[in-house]
Amino acid sequence: MQKTLRKMSLGIAASVGMALSSAVAWAETELTMYYPVAVGGPLTKVVDGMVSDFMAENPDIKVNAIYAGNYNDARIKALAALESGEPAQLSVMFSIDLNELRELDAIVPFDEVVKTDEEKAWLNSFYPSLMENGTSVGKTWGIPFQRSTIVMYYNKDAFKAAGLDPDSPPATWDELVDAGKKLTTDDGSQWGMMIPSTGYPYWMFGALAMQNGEVLMNGSGDTTYFDKPGVVEALNFWKDLGSKHKVMPEGTIEWGTLRQNFLEGKTAIMWHSTGNLTAVKNAAKFDFGVAMLPAGKRRGTPTGGGNFYIFKKSSEEERAASLKLIRFMTDPERSANWSVQTGYMGISPASYETETLKNYVKEFPPAAVARDQLEFATAELATFQAGRIRKSLDDAIQAVLVGSKSSEEALEEAQALADRILKDYR
Amino acid sequence: MKRHFQKKLSISYSLELIGAYLLAALWILPLLYAFWAAFHTKEYAIHFELFAPLTLDNFREALSQAPFLRYGFNTFMVLAFLLPLQLLVSTLAAYAFARFNFIGSNIAFSLVLVQLMITPEILIVQNYGTLTSIGMVDTIAGIGLPYIASAFCIFLLRQTFKSIPKELEDAAQLEGCGTMGILWRVYVPLAMPTYLAFSLVSVSHHWNNFLWPLIVTNSVETRPLTVGLGIFGAPESGVDWSLISAATLMSVAPLLIAFLLFQRQFVQSFMQAGIK
Amino acid sequence: MLMETHKRHLLGWALFTPAAILLIAFTHYPTIATFINSLFSNSSIIRPSRFIGVEGYQDLFDDPVFWKVFSNNIWLALGTIPTSIGLAIIMALIVNKAVPGRSFLRIAYFTPTMLPMIAVANIWLFFYAPEIGMLDQVLGLFGIDSHNWLGNPSTVLPAIIVMTIWKEAGFFMIFYLAGLQTISPELAEAAELEGSSRWNFFWRVQYPLLLPTTLFVLINAFLNSFKLVDHLFVLTKGGPDNASNLILYYIYETAFSFLDISYASALTVFLLLLLAVTALAQFYFVDKRVHYR
Repeated sequence: MQKTLRKMSLGIAASVGMALSSAVAWAETELTMYYPVAVGGPLTKVVDGMVSDFMAENPDIKVNAIYAGNYNDARIKALAALESGEPAQLSVMFSIDLNELRELDAIVPFDEVVKTDEEKAWLNSFYPSLMENGTSVGKTWGIPFQRSTIVMYYNKDAFKAAGLDPDSPPATWDELVDAGKKLTTDDGSQWGMMIPSTGYPYWMFGALAMQNGEVLMNGSGDTTYFDKPGVVEALNFWKDLGSKHKVMPEGTIEWGTLRQNFLEGKTAIMWHSTGNLTAVKNAAKFDFGVAMLPAGKRRGTPTGGGNFYIFKKSSEEERAASLKLIRFMTDPERSANWSVQTGYMGISPASYETETLKNYVKEFPPAAVARDQLEFATAELATFQAGRIRKSLDDAIQAVLVGSKSSEEALEEAQALADRILKDYR
Repeated sequence: MKRHFQKKLSISYSLELIGAYLLAALWILPLLYAFWAAFHTKEYAIHFELFAPLTLDNFREALSQAPFLRYGFNTFMVLAFLLPLQLLVSTLAAYAFARFNFIGSNIAFSLVLVQLMITPEILIVQNYGTLTSIGMVDTIAGIGLPYIASAFCIFLLRQTFKSIPKELEDAAQLEGCGTMGILWRVYVPLAMPTYLAFSLVSVSHHWNNFLWPLIVTNSVETRPLTVGLGIFGAPESGVDWSLISAATLMSVAPLLIAFLLFQRQFVQSFMQAGIK
Repeated sequence: MLMETHKRHLLGWALFTPAAILLIAFTHYPTIATFINSLFSNSSIIRPSRFIGVEGYQDLFDDPVFWKVFSNNIWLALGTIPTSIGLAIIMALIVNKAVPGRSFLRIAYFTPTMLPMIAVANIWLFFYAPEIGMLDQVLGLFGIDSHNWLGNPSTVLPAIIVMTIWKEAGFFMIFYLAGLQTISPELAEAAELEGSSRWNFFWRVQYPLLLPTTLFVLINAFLNSFKLVDHLFVLTKGGPDNASNLILYYIYETAFSFLDISYASALTVFLLLLLAVTALAQFYFVDKRVHYR
């Protein structure tokens, strides 16, 4: 009965649609865009604003934005829509979903969509480190949009109170530990630092590993290096912050409530996404600073966040319209505005050349930290079967932080699992 | 009798009473906290000061950030779709099991009872596949579909129907009622308390259901309150308890108010559903 | 007469058909399909689906995460069921008496049943948050150091258990209340005349009469301990290191985050078997008239 009802309503909808189509002949192309809303603040409003500006400028294109929860949800929802034949032409998804999307044959490379020289030039207008997670087998599949790096937020008032210079935040691991010891109070009312270990532990770990001179995977996403000595060392350092140096609480630290802990003065330093910048700025009752992550052997952070993808199941016109929309939304001026409103980074050098961002950076220097740090950035952990491999690394990190396994043991296990899963892809 | 007990146990009686109230206080603490956080500004969400200023801003902000009214409407639509069909389909089946001793009815009934154990929650993976293949992902109907045939409802109604004296049926037959007429004129009216009981249980279950709607909905147009709230309060975005509490209160308000107004009926209904 | 019988069979089936179709489509068919899916590998562009037989089940037995979530589920059941049943009986005994404020108490105990788990999980997150959370604030008044309740594998499952007990005790109370009200008041009077203590009266009279209720609640509680995972989405996502992960949440992750339908199916089959065994145990060991007949 349901089916007939549905068929009936489809039939009705189709005939109504036909009747209307002459009236709205100008709405030639209709795009459905899936968008992950996973960050604080009224992000949907900002995106909606951009989309309606775009439609005003291009009356022949209609865009439906579907907000689908976090990155994971957005990917599932978009793929499900494709499979069930519902329309979906483009999406912002995790930059690290690339390999899985390719395996499912769901997306087209931008190299096939760009036509004119101007469009080709646009393809090269972004920060190269932001493109790392968007390129594979020599092609560009993802265009950066909602991108971030990890930065170090610190409470300047707490630094002063502890006799530290609020204008020279720790720049190396040793300095970090020293500062942490001074900042940690005996009565437990304030910790030196917190690095979140729920939500995206593998992401934070990518930073520590790189600072120790290691990456977590190869460029083609079929080999991981979890058990390399340098990687093990990085995890030991993370654990030592809690268990040996006592500058961080032991056990795991909740991603979602960390910002509250920082704003409440329960920790003087936190490592977190730049995506939190605006929220922290609006809520902090103390003077705070933002700095690049400190260096071990070198500085380092993974990039993070979401890229634009175009789905394969789309017509030539829809692809062209999608490209138009993506170009519109990644335009330097809009990217600058986006950065101001959210704390995400501008994605192209040109966006930092706009008046908007220039002025913003002048009055609020922390806004430029993420960009400056790009120089030291690497790709975020992105492999085939990424969900499972991420989870195994996350589990390993958490097991070490809570003290149930040694770093060697946990990372060897994670590596063994990754090898088993990835061997078919090599 | 009361007096006797009280005299003998007056100290332990008052201790018991204190215990009872302490337990009650603990049990409503989360709700009390939600009220506190929702009506205070963010800085008081985690600090408790008796005379902290009150505000409605959290409600305004929550409403402006997510379409809770739409979510509420969707939840309502799911129930409006699901409940009548549940009652209809179950009534027919229960009638068959109670009064038509048809071939294979025993086996059929045990196959129905299977669903008491294997509830739709457990089969999410496969049912999602089914829904995809009939193109009903992201529809209001899709949220309700796996729950329409409810073993629980069939079972409750069958018990009730069985307890209705056969003489009433015979009398109605003499007055010229057909099979469906008897169902409609005799069985359904006499089973009203059971219908009410199941309806209240079903409404509160589906108002609060999360996992399945999370999986099958994609868009604002179908997402029910629980899923909307889940996305709104996802810890990925950093937890803001004032906002979340305001959103939570708005989401539970209709059900909670109904419960406070009709708490006798609610409790009776759950009790009745349990005794059977 | 023969016509009548025919008509009866036909009508019976006709009335049952709508329910039958839906039950088959969403309970019986998926049960069987899940089993079949578990015997085949996932299909992708690179690797088409192939028959793998019991390989999926071997993976399952080799998978430490599976054993972890399974044992978590058992601990969860052991941790929640006896306590929430005990509390439910106490609550029912309280509100069954003419105590002052009885209806307030009844509402208070029952409230958690009416609140969606996903919503209250965020509030419990506040209770459990280290340093800034309510529990730590209250303990701090007594000079007790802050605890990382959800970030420590030895406290995270107990924290989840406490929340589950909170959610369920009031719900089960209702069934006991119903049970108590079927006990004739004369029994209480007789016991009082005999001068037997309330403790005695409970164990000798009320408790045996509540046994059917207890069995019904037991089954319900057992099922719930496998079905209720909503709060994990907010509180822990199963962490740290799967210390609070449960079977159904792991199934969800495997199917919808890892897109591994084959393995998710094997996990589901295991869960179905577990429930089937329970159902059979119930069938053999428990007098059927007690609940469902």
